[in-house]
This record gives sequence, structure tokens and C-alpha cells, in this order.
Amino acid sequence: MSLDFLLEIGSEEIPDWMIPGALQHLAREFTGLCSTARLQGEGFQVETDATPRRLVLRAAGLIPRQADREEWIPGPAKSADLASPAVTGFARKHGVDPASLESRSDGKNERWGLRKQIPGAEAAEVLAKGLPPLISGIPWPKTMYWTGKGGARFIRPVRWLVAILGDRVVPFEFAGVSSGALTQGHRRLGASNISVTIADHETRLRENFVILKAADRRARIRNGIEQLGVSVKPDEKLLDTLVYITEYPACILGSFDRQYLSLPREVLVTVMRHHQKYFSVENSHGELEPNFVAVMNTADDPEGWVRKGNERVLRARFNDARFFWDVDQQKTMAQRIPLLANVTFQAKLGSYLDKTKRVAALVRELGGDDHALRAAELAKTDLTTEMVKEFTDLQGVIGGLYAKAQDEPEPVWRAIYEHYKPLSMEDAIPVTAAGRLLSLADKIDTLRGCFEIGLAPTGSKDPFALRRAAQGVVKILVEGRLAIPLRRLIGDSKPLEEFFLDRLRHYFREVRGFRYDEVNAVLAAGFDLLSDVEARLIALSQVRPTADFEPLAASFKRIENILKQASFSEAGPVDETLLEAGPETDLYTSFTAVRDRVHALGDYAPALSEIASLRPAVDLFFDKVLVNAPETRVRQNRLTLLYHLRTEFSTIADFSEIVTA
Amino acid sequence: MDFYQQTIFKLKQYWAERGAVIQEPYDVEVGAGTMAPETFLRVLGPKPYRVAYVQPSRRPADGRYGENPNRLYKHQQLQVILKPTPDDVIEQYLGSLEAIGIDLRKHDIKFEEDNWESPTLGAWGIGWQVMLDGLEITQFTYFQQCGGVDLDLVPAEITYGLERLCAFLQGVESVYDIEWVKGVRYHDVRFAEEQQFSVYNFEMADVGTLWTLFDLHEKECQRLLDAFPKYGEKHRFPVLPTYDHVLKCSNLFNLLDSRGAISVTERVGVIGRVRKLAVGTAQVWMSQQFPAEAAQ
Repeated sequence: MSLDFLLEIGSEEIPDWMIPGALQHLAREFTGLCSTARLQGEGFQVETDATPRRLVLRAAGLIPRQADREEWIPGPAKSADLASPAVTGFARKHGVDPASLESRSDGKNERWGLRKQIPGAEAAEVLAKGLPPLISGIPWPKTMYWTGKGGARFIRPVRWLVAILGDRVVPFEFAGVSSGALTQGHRRLGASNISVTIADHETRLRENFVILKAADRRARIRNGIEQLGVSVKPDEKLLDTLVYITEYPACILGSFDRQYLSLPREVLVTVMRHHQKYFSVENSHGELEPNFVAVMNTADDPEGWVRKGNERVLRARFNDARFFWDVDQQKTMAQRIPLLANVTFQAKLGSYLDKTKRVAALVRELGGDDHALRAAELAKTDLTTEMVKEFTDLQGVIGGLYAKAQDEPEPVWRAIYEHYKPLSMEDAIPVTAAGRLLSLADKIDTLRGCFEIGLAPTGSKDPFALRRAAQGVVKILVEGRLAIPLRRLIGDSKPLEEFFLDRLRHYFREVRGFRYDEVNAVLAAGFDLLSDVEARLIALSQVRPTADFEPLAASFKRIENILKQASFSEAGPVDETLLEAGPETDLYTSFTAVRDRVHALGDYAPALSEIASLRPAVDLFFDKVLVNAPETRVRQNRLTLLYHLRTEFSTIADFSEIVTA
Repeated sequence: MDFYQQTIFKLKQYWAERGAVIQEPYDVEVGAGTMAPETFLRVLGPKPYRVAYVQPSRRPADGRYGENPNRLYKHQQLQVILKPTPDDVIEQYLGSLEAIGIDLRKHDIKFEEDNWESPTLGAWGIGWQVMLDGLEITQFTYFQQCGGVDLDLVPAEITYGLERLCAFLQGVESVYDIEWVKGVRYHDVRFAEEQQFSVYNFEMADVGTLWTLFDLHEKECQRLLDAFPKYGEKHRFPVLPTYDHVLKCSNLFNLLDSRGAISVTERVGVIGRVRKLAVGTAQVWMSQQFPAEAAQ
């Protein structure tokens, strides 16, 4: 026989973004509890679900009672007589007759001892003990206490607990709340103190306007939008949020006055999306329509109150935005430059005016044209505008739009607009040349400055988002094919070089999907021009699967070891007169021929194929020729040959880094 | 439809029926109802307390000369403190909305994560902004710390933004169109104040004078704090007047800020100065009112 189990942690509204992580933890820890306590029976499984007010775990296949166990308790050595004090004492201590003792070997000696029967505990008992620590152990980003100082901590106050095993309540207490079989419906549409069983829990909730499954709520929102007959800007993240801030979601269509469409689309979308959690509505050309879709946490809006309320709020927000726009136009971007002296970038690194000057100098140094330079001077001035104070996420974008409105040339306003890009690894790099250069200079300035004053990120702490900045630099250099050596940007700072190497590895492996040893091999051969690193990596990954390549890589590793053992690090030319006829001369001839062809090619993939074609000659060499020749001059000459072979062909990739089967 | 003041009466009545002391606004300038001593000092220590009051709250930087329909230099909050928090606090809160005529079955109410923190007061709490049909009408906070002191009993703080709430209830687009009482609009009562204080705060306040005042209040506050340890009859030590000087400093800081007189770099330092006074006052209050707890 096996039992089902239901746990519902009833809470006040939990922040939406924390819920999925909490559920994962709950499922994992509950499975662990059942495994350690030997409660997992046939078909054991665990599933979780949640709304903002409840975390629910359901399990099937629990054993009602742990199996009984037998434990061997060793006593005195067998050499002791059954009647001896040692043996009788041991028996008395365990409450048994000495005659009932048995003997077993503990591997070395025979010992008296007894088999003790340990009855299994009831599953309900085990759970009653295990659940409170499991609940309090859910890791939340920031917890609170509510029953008084020193009381239980959770993300929000826990108000009810349902815990049922089979048809019985598992009795326990957490934060002064006793477990039971009563749940709560939707705050206004549902009943309170609803009696449930494992079988009818979900249905009873549904009757009381709580859709327990996130997937069902998601589908309900999707269908709701569809039924409204509009096309919304797809937004999975917003959908995730809405799924977890509602128990009974329903969609309504609202509208706003067409006149607001004259405000920048970016502002309209930000207000709708970030401030109000609405989906914006688009026509078939992808242009904004004066409509929005709001998701309510209630069944419907028969009298239109909710729609009217939301429309009113949106109107006020749009009016604010228009007010900010108008106020901000009273000063041009250029007039705002001196105001940047009052905006601190970082205490030790000065104001944004200081930063602006550094970035502009760097843009010039990197060969930026007048447009790029102008963009650099204006880029940060939007930090002084009302609009950016209100919509911080739109920094840069607002600056670009204002520059455009103030008739700055297109390359200038575009560069400002996109100079924070890429915002993530998925985000595209700036489109314009000036934008790329400005973005690069801005990020490099931040990185250099922060590293100089000892603000390099440590562990998970990265308050200045330096990892993202460096990642952005890498992405722009590679994907923008900028002919700027990395060294020129980071100077000779060792920590910064290490930091960038990490970012490079991350980018090429995680974002571009290259194999880690290929990345290591190519980076070991140098990483100054990142577009060149990319070209070498592509070539290497193409040649990698060919038959000759990996064996040749293995030979290179062998060469590397031989040279290392011989401490051989510098060499003159190969003395051809010392070469032995046969495999040694053959290798030398193939080597020089391949070298000349590789030099002539200049293209990495064919060059690597050429190098791979050396494999038979190398194999035969190692097979037939003794590198460690007795005669010193011959030995040195052979090492010299290997040295040149390694050095000559390690400029594309260091083959000894390739992990071979 | 209820007039502005009727809504206030109803909310006060509602919380009075639930055992709250109905207080009057505090008479020193504050930026929020939280700063009035009825909240800041009362939440400290193990003594239960329930209180509700309207608190006009000054935010000099939010002034718009009376020209913005939603932003005010001085707005009115209805502040409720329930210490300790009753288990059904959210039900009670929703009941208060129904008491002022909002049929919640016909509206959309959501609790969205919004933790509150006041660096100047050394205070923080966990809670939500309560959204009614997309409009933020209330800040709901479980206080955790005040004046740098962990709270013995966790109070719930419910702060209603009265202008927003009433504009919603009356269906008007501008807070200035709210009917305060029959025939009198919000505009009639408050416009001049919004306009004149915006002019003063943004254009005429003398920065040098404000700094002098700040320094004076800070000095007086610190002098009192320093006097406490040597003061004999602790129970009659003037902690409450000490706290008034903290409030003065806080308001002067806000004024200087709206004058654009505080750079971002200085900001942290000035906040630290006010915080030091607030934390010091909270500690003195604790040792005066609850010597047993404070000694722990």
C-alpha cells in the first residue's frame, strides 16, 4: 500500500519572481526527506504548484510506515565466558538473557552480541517532525519575522497550513500555525476555511476562484488575450510575472487617446510594461495601437470599473511623461554637459563630467570620427533629465531621442541611443560604427577605473556590473569585427587581462558553443585581435573532426613534453647536414613544404588542414627515430626540429591544449 | 459619492472601531507619516499600540507649482499602526476599503512586492504596494527595524495616499478637482500652498540659511543626546523634543535637496548625519521607556 501526500503553505502574497525557486527547493528537499527516512515506495513522485498565496506540494507513493530494521549490537569478545561479568553486564544493559546472545565475527575477532529489532516509524510521524525545518529552510532572498523578535522567519507571514497524508492530517506547527485540512479561497471571490481532501483540493480551490496550476493560469491569460482579438507584443517575462501575481487571472482590453502615440514608443512601452504590467497592442505592421491588455486578479469586469481605473492611471502616467518631455526640452543636451559635474559616477572616479571627458578622449584615441566624438560628449547628459530620473531603464535611449529631437545628426543620436548595448549576452551590439566605438569606450573606461581603485568583482558581488561590461566589450570586438587589439584597451593590467580571459572563455564557450579545449588552444596561441580569435576558432572546430587532426594534436602534446623535459626553449636553425636519411629527413622536408604553403595560404582552415597532413610524417618520425640520440649534436638538432615544428604551427592554436580521446 | 473629508471620517471611524487611538497630525514638518513620533517611537519596545492619524507629508522635490494633476509638494497620508499585527490584518485592511465604498468584487486588487526602507531613519520593513485597478493606493509594511533597533513586536503599517484614493473614488482626473466638502474643491483649499511652497523650495529658499539651520538643529539634537547618560531622572528626560530636532534636520535636508544644493557625493554623508541622530534618539527612547529591554 502507498499513500498520497499534500502540503499547502498558505501565505500572504509572495513576490512572484521568488516562487519558482522556492518550489524547486521544496520538491528537492521533500524528496530528500523521504529518501533519508526510507519513505519512498513504488511510484514515488513529487510535484509542486503555487499561486501568490500558497506553495503546494503533492506526492504519491509514500510508504505508510518505515520498514522495521534489525541492528547488530556487538558486545564482549567471544573469548569471554557466557557467565563472565563482561557478558552478563552487556546482556543486562540491553535487557536480555545472556543465553540469547549470538556470536559474530567483526572481521578480526569473534564477538558476542545481539540483534536488535528497530520498529519503523509511521510516515506521519516522520513528516510531522521533518516538515517544519523543511518549510523554514526554503532559501528566500530576504525574509521577515512577524510573531515577534526571534520568531519564525519566512518570506511573508504564513497564515494557514494544509498537510494531509492519505486521509489523515499530519499534525505539526510552524510559526504558531497548526496544520490541518482547511484552505482559503480567492480573497474576495472565494470562501475561507474550505475543508479539503487530497482528491478534491484542486477542484475545491477552483470552485473558490483559485487556479492552482501556473500552467493553467498561463493558458487562461493567453486565451484571454486571444479572445480580445488583438495582437500584443509577445513578452514571456511579463507573462511569468502575471501568472504569479494572480490566483484567478482574466484579461481586459483598455484604450488611451491616440494623441499619446506622439510620445516615443520606448516611453509608452516602458510605462505600460514596467510600471503597469500591461501588454502593449500592435497592429500588423508592428506599430503601437492606442490600446493595452491588463491582467486582473478577478473573474471579470462587468461594469467596466477595472478598465476605467486602469485607463485613468495610464492617462496620468502618459501625462507625466509628456510633462517631463516638455520640461526637458527647455535645455539642450549640450547645455546639460556642465550639469554632469554634479552627478557622481563613483566617489574616487569623479563625476559623470570627468567620465565624459575620459570617454571622449578614448573615442578619439581609438580613431572615432567627429560624430562619435560628439556622441561621447552628449551621451551621459540624459542623466540630468526628468525623464531619465523617472524611467531609469531608458537611460541612453532617452538621450538618443532627445538628441534626435534637437537635430543632432543621425550617426550622433543613434550612437547615444544604443551606447548601453549590449545589455546582456542575448542583446545585439550597437548597429552603427559610432555606437560601437562609444559603447566600447564607455565600458572600457568603467573597467579600467574600477580595477584601478580595487573594485574588481569578487564572487557573486559585482555592484558595478563589470562582468556585463567586459562581456559587452568582447561581444562588440568580436561581432563588430573591430580591428582594435584588446591589449590596447586594457593596457598591461594583469588582473584586467585575467578578467578578460575569463570573459573570453565564457563568451566563446557558453554563448558561441565552442568546445572548451578548442577555446583554450586558440587563446593559448594569443588573443589580441578578438575577431582573429574567432576566425581561428571556427577553423579549428572545422578541422577538428578530420581523421588526422586529433592524432597530430596528441603528437604535439608529446613534442611539448619532450621539449619541457629537455628544458628546450630556444633554438637556432635546423642543421640539415645532421639529419638522418629516412623519417627524419622526410619530416623535415614535409615540415618546410607545409610551412611554405601555410604562409602562402593565410586562411586558417586550409592552413590547419595542411598542418594536419603532417601527421604520417610525424608518426613515422616518433616511430623510427630516437630523439634522445646518444650524440649531443644530433639530439640537439632533433629537439630543434621539434621546436620549430611546434612554434611554427602554434600561432593558430596551441594543439597541446586539445584533449584527445 | 463621499467628499474627501467624509472618506477620512470613515477610515478613522473604521480603525477607531478596531481599537486605534485616533491622533491628530504631528505639528512638526515630516516627509511621511512614518516619521511622526506616533509611529517612529511607538513601534519601538514591547508595548502594544494602535493608532491612526492623517499626516500631511512634505516632499519639497515633488512640488509642481500646483500645475501637475497628480504630484504634490504636500500630500496627506492616513497612517495606521497596528502593533502587534493581528493575524487577519489584510482582511481588516480590505474591510477598510469596503467601508469607504469600494466593492472589491467589482475591482481588481493586487499586492505587489515593495519593501520599504528609510536610510535617514535607520528603518526598514517588508511589504507591498497595494494596487487597485492599476493604481497604487496603499503602502503596506511589516516593520522590522526602526532607528537601527530590531522591533520586539512587529507592527503593520498601513499608509493610504488620500488624494489618490479620493481622486479614484470621485472619478476625477486631477487631485485639484477632488471635492473636499460640498462646493469646495481641493484646489480651493490647497492650491496656494502648493504654488507658494514650490516657489520657495525651488527658487527662493536660501541655501546658506538652510545649512545654518540644519547645523543648529543637528547641534541641539546631539547636545541633548550627549546629556542623557549623565541625566539623573531618566523618565523626565526630554527625548521627544530631541526627536523634533531630528525631524527638523530631515526636512531641511529635503529642502536643500530640492534646491539642488546637495551633490550626489554629499548626499550619503548628510543622510548619515540625520541617521545618526535618529538612531541615537531611538536608543535613548528605548532606555528611557523600556530600561529592562534596552539593557539586553
